[in-house]
Amino acid sequence: MKPPPVVYHGPDTLEEAVRLLAEHGAEAKVLAGGQSLVPMLNMRLTAPRRLVDVNRLDELAYVRSDRHGVRVGALARHADVERATHAFETVPLLRQAVRTVAHPTIRNRGTTVGSLVHADPAGEMPAVLALLDGEVLLRSERDGERTVAAADFFVGPMESACREDEVAVEAYFPRPAGRTGTDWRELSRRSGDYALCGVGTLVRVDDAGAVVAARAAYIAMGSVPQVVDLTEAAADGDWSAAAESAADQLDPEDDIHASAEYRRHLARVLTARSLKASYEAVAP
Amino acid sequence: MPDKHVGQPLLRKEDPRLLAGQGRYLDDLGRDALAAAFVRSPVAHARITDIDVTDALDVEGLVAIYTYEDLPDRIAEPLPLLIPHPDLTHARTPHCLANGEVNHVGEAVVMVVATDRYLAEDAAERIRVAYRDLPPVVGVSQARAGDRLVHEDVPGNIAARSVQENGQGDAHSAIAAAPHKLTLDLEIERSASMPMEGKGVLAHWDADDRTLRVHSSTQTSTSVRLAVAAKLGLPPDRVEVVTPDVGGGFGVKIVHPWPEEILVPWAAMTLGRDVKWVEDRREHFISSAHERGQQQRIEVGFDDAGRLHGLSVEIWHDNGAYVPYGIIVPIVTSTQLLGPYKVGAYRVEFTSLYTNTVIVTPYRGAGRPQGVFAMERTMDAIAEYLGLDRLAVREANLIQPDEMPYDQGLVFQDGRPLIYDSGDYPTMMRMIRDLVGWDGFEAEREAAAGQGRRIGIGVAAYVEGTGMGPYEGAHVKVETTGEIVVSTGLTTQGQGHYTTLAQIAADVLGVAVADVTVITGDTRRFKYAVGTFASRAIVTSGNAVAVAAAKVAEKAKRIAAAALGDGIAPEDLELGDGVVRRKDDPGSFIDLQTVAVLSNPLRYAFDEAAKAATQFAAAANTGDEPGLEATGFYMPERSTFAAGAHGVVVETDPETADIKILRYCVVHDCGVVVNPRIVEGQVHGGVAQGVGGALYERIVYDDAGQLVNASYMDFLIPFSTEVPHIETAHMVTASGVNPLGLKGAGEAGVIPTSAAVASAVEDAERGRGATEQGLAIRRMPISPSELYELRKGRVHA
Ligand SMILES: Cc1cc2nc3c(=O)[nH]c(=O)nc-3n(C[C@H](O)[C@H](O)[C@H](O)COP(=O)(O)OP(=O)(O)OC[C@H]3O[C@@H](n4cnc5c(N)ncnc54)[C@H](O)[C@@H]3O)c2cc1C
Repeated sequence: MKPPPVVYHGPDTLEEAVRLLAEHGAEAKVLAGGQSLVPMLNMRLTAPRRLVDVNRLDELAYVRSDRHGVRVGALARHADVERATHAFETVPLLRQAVRTVAHPTIRNRGTTVGSLVHADPAGEMPAVLALLDGEVLLRSERDGERTVAAADFFVGPMESACREDEVAVEAYFPRPAGRTGTDWRELSRRSGDYALCGVGTLVRVDDAGAVVAARAAYIAMGSVPQVVDLTEAAADGDWSAAAESAADQLDPEDDIHASAEYRRHLARVLTARSLKASYEAVAP
Repeated sequence: MPDKHVGQPLLRKEDPRLLAGQGRYLDDLGRDALAAAFVRSPVAHARITDIDVTDALDVEGLVAIYTYEDLPDRIAEPLPLLIPHPDLTHARTPHCLANGEVNHVGEAVVMVVATDRYLAEDAAERIRVAYRDLPPVVGVSQARAGDRLVHEDVPGNIAARSVQENGQGDAHSAIAAAPHKLTLDLEIERSASMPMEGKGVLAHWDADDRTLRVHSSTQTSTSVRLAVAAKLGLPPDRVEVVTPDVGGGFGVKIVHPWPEEILVPWAAMTLGRDVKWVEDRREHFISSAHERGQQQRIEVGFDDAGRLHGLSVEIWHDNGAYVPYGIIVPIVTSTQLLGPYKVGAYRVEFTSLYTNTVIVTPYRGAGRPQGVFAMERTMDAIAEYLGLDRLAVREANLIQPDEMPYDQGLVFQDGRPLIYDSGDYPTMMRMIRDLVGWDGFEAEREAAAGQGRRIGIGVAAYVEGTGMGPYEGAHVKVETTGEIVVSTGLTTQGQGHYTTLAQIAADVLGVAVADVTVITGDTRRFKYAVGTFASRAIVTSGNAVAVAAAKVAEKAKRIAAAALGDGIAPEDLELGDGVVRRKDDPGSFIDLQTVAVLSNPLRYAFDEAAKAATQFAAAANTGDEPGLEATGFYMPERSTFAAGAHGVVVETDPETADIKILRYCVVHDCGVVVNPRIVEGQVHGGVAQGVGGALYERIVYDDAGQLVNASYMDFLIPFSTEVPHIETAHMVTASGVNPLGLKGAGEAGVIPTSAAVASAVEDAERGRGATEQGLAIRRMPISPSELYELRKGRVHA
């Protein structure tokens, strides 16, 4: 469990990082928190010739909020997102979800942007970005900056739209419009494990308490985060029926920890509980 | 009289060092040593048709590549069969490097030595081994079918078949004649010891002195020494084996010699350089050892009170690809299955089967968790069948205190009769009843049901043979500085021996525990030992330390008597407070430290104190050998039997089928308790592993024999968040076998956990009213997904 030889680059500026990637492209990989990449290197599951370490780019170590949403820089750790009170007040779902990412020590190193690029279908933050219709800001020498919407960002399991010559600079989590409640819940075998099934929901109500929008996003239920619109199904507040309709649209797989059928069952149970919690957070 | 240290909950002497990161583990040693890495088989069963090392040759830093062809005579022979047994008719042991055939994923095929581990792995990655696949045998069912063979000369994959009966008549007729009968088919899946520190070996060969020093992360340095000496053709006295701090063993490190324990020293001798190998986590998963995997069929006959008349158990035991450790695990299952019960006529038959998977050797509990699962599932099934209370059925079958010593009529794993020396099982069951709140539970269940919650209670009891022979020894010395040094060949892996053995020595010598230093697992300091496993260390070494310390005390009295003069006899003296003093006049004494000086008659004074021992000083001669020191051994006649009962309350989520342990209670009897804090720690650690075995841990092989969860990501060891708070109550029935009255405590916590949790989950899932059936748990571990499956099978009327 020792990685193969690798050339290490430790750029001090984003410009330099982007230039290194332009120069080495497919040979290089960005190293952020290393919580996913380093184990893969050690197990020799990936063998880039070069690492471009972005940990010196202090300019990207930020979590900023305004009334529209929360911007998370590439060097913000999961723990920074978790602790930022303004981010929680702006987009409560961020803290609700990030708390269930791994363990405190891993959250202290792992970056939220890194987990988006990593695009693990069981990762929480990709689903949060997808549920909120967020976006990722990418930068390369060739194209300069471009923004990719969540719906286009997650391409497949462990595959995102971030090209090998690009640095993901920032993720943007917009604040849901109107009177919207959110909730995150999941079931994992052990605390901090990747979930067997996880669901985030968002329910918007009008002043009378009627549901005007409802959506759910799932992890570990498909090759990318699965977003299901439940506005119609949840319109009359029958959470079980809405959950039933959501579960029907999911196509999970078996693995050694849970059967596909059990996962779908969990999706049903957790969705009903989550919709109810989201609703109750904002219901008059 | 000196304060008694035995029985005190002293803090562990070793902890400040270990907790401050000052431990010295195998990988902390040998910084400049060459590093070894292995090419291991990626397939479960195949002939090796070619090994091509060409591409590896130009890796910079490569020092050597070895395949089977390179191994000299004795090293080329299969590794020893450590524990032969007449029923083990088809024993096959592995080679250090695969000899033409691989029998499990992970078997070592090529050894690479390079200047560091990175380069060794770079080279290993470039070695191409060609395999011609053979059909793999995976799992007990496929092994039993016998149509595919692991070893072509072992028909039916059967390594051993063994039958024992308890001499109380024919079990099958007893069952047939009993008022009621039940049959249960059970299964326990594979798990593994999984110490945080894997194995590791460092070897240093001194060519001028012709001595070999081996550091190994082992549970038995003395046995490794003999095995290495035999394989390398060296006299044992030319081989030193030292265990540094060891980050856990739990059984896997009692197996020896591992291929690496031979190959690394051999490479060091061949290359004339220090060589080190440190096992990584993946290697540990695929090339060390696993345990637990068994299928069982139980037939039981009983009466209206739930009393057993006859019990017949058939066990199919998955022993993996080879059996270097013999058939100890199924022997332990077959015998310890009986627990605290009288079962009438008993017949047990086990078949130990080869599969193309990692070898199976004892893991904490060593076959007992499976046996207790069989017995306790049976008790629950009887209670369910008769509509009786589950604890009442158990109580109806208990061996009574006045029946002790109780002969179960079988032969135990030490080859001696299975005779329980002491125990009070009715009290034990009463204590667990009270501790877990058995009698008030129905009210709790109803209250929970009122809130839409499902809770359940379970119990399981066990008896554990501990402290087996052949022996342990110790050397105790009083230094001229006053420090007491206790050296034992016993190894230690975190059990607190530096404290408990010091407590025993301190009491005999009348000194403070702080004055006693314990040395373990270093053959330079003590050559004769067996090892730390099977809950034997405190029993065997503890008594040996007491024997050696008592000899030292006698010697100290002789020397002190001579020095004090005045016609004082040794019998007039006692040890206490660091001095030897007159019983009738405690003011008249001589420091133990001074006695140590006097014990070594000197020609030359090397310091002020030493003058007292020189020829013109008036030191009296007692005719004793020099040095205030002695060696002592303890050789138990047979094992001594500890016991315990666990009670557990669980909650199962009616919707998600998530399983949560709400309460975990332990009643525990390990005889005289040397240090209650350490015993509790041992129990807690055992329960944590037991919870792992019950709810989380399973080694998963696919049909091709690939171990699909060979990492901590997917092999789920419980975190601290998954381990419940553990409530413990001690009881003491002193051992009738050894002078100190001790029984072992190392494995206890893990033994009944799966059985107790199964009982509780089944209880939580009990049918409600006439409309809903209960469900039967016949297999462990159990996950939420599996509980969900079981629930689906439940018939709703
Ligand atoms: C034991 C354990 C448990 C875990 N459990 C969970 C969990 O429950 N849920 C969960 O979501 N995650 C979990 N993780 C993963 C964790 O969240 C990771 O930190 C995260 O997935 C990746 O972030 P990182 O900063 O560590 O990225 P790295 O490991 O450094 O990189 C991951 C990948 O993203 C790329 N990358 C990273 N940052 C950038 C960037 N700015 N621009 C371009 N490419 C980039 C890298 O090149 C690499 O391919 C767990 C990890 C561990 C070790």
